[in-house]
Amino acid sequence: MIPLYYYLLVSAILFAIGTIGVLTRRNAIVIFMCVELMLNAVNLTFVAFSRYLENIDGQVFVFFIMTVAAAEAAVGLALMIAFYKNRESIDVEDINLLKW
Amino acid sequence: METFFFAIVALVAIVSGMLVVKCRNPINSALSLVLTFFCLATFYVLLDAPFMAAIQVIVYAGAIMVLIVFVIMLLNIRTETGRRYMHALPVGLIIGLLTLVEIVYFFTRSGLTGARGDFNKELIERVGHTELIGRSMFTDFLLPFEITSLLLLVAIIGAVVLAKRKI
Repeated sequence: MIPLYYYLLVSAILFAIGTIGVLTRRNAIVIFMCVELMLNAVNLTFVAFSRYLENIDGQVFVFFIMTVAAAEAAVGLALMIAFYKNRESIDVEDINLLKW
Repeated sequence: METFFFAIVALVAIVSGMLVVKCRNPINSALSLVLTFFCLATFYVLLDAPFMAAIQVIVYAGAIMVLIVFVIMLLNIRTETGRRYMHALPVGLIIGLLTLVEIVYFFTRSGLTGARGDFNKELIERVGHTELIGRSMFTDFLLPFEITSLLLLVAIIGAVVLAKRKI
């Protein structure tokens, strides 16, 4: 069986890639996809720990994370449509009404 | 053999994850993300969790990604010709790499602790993965499951209100 740390390493790398994407991209939809990538990296950690600790609770948690991701997708994309209707753009640097 | 297969899938997952961040066209980013999701589903199969793999493909690669691609096409976003990164690119890279170093440091320095259960390969093959998940979800996690339905209701109402009305 493959050691647990290999899975954790892949998950850590995916999470770091997602973080870099969220912090550096300008397109709001790409930022959103990077957030999904980070959530999936966490899911992989949960399933790997669940298998190696022989405890099923981690996999039930993955279900709840998927539900939150689906709700986030629905509301987040609706917000982007509303923003696009106002500004004709989904560039995050145009979202500056509350910026100091 | 299993390690070799794992290495190939991990390589594809990481490269497609980098493509999500790098691609100029959001549609290409979305397709790379679908590839990453399929690689993660493969990992779930390797971890003896076939039901999670099916859910991963159906819910993530099926439902959520279709929603994202639908919005990309609805807003008619073209390939970005100008700058696609913010001015904070070096800071973002440094913070991301620091996150990676930190996570790897804690994972390699700490031991595996936690409550051990009886969820081993023999039980999965005898009872079935789906039945084990269902039994756990509808007994131990019944209240969180019900709260999840409330969350989905709020999400439906929020999406309709935000997308329909003039804000």
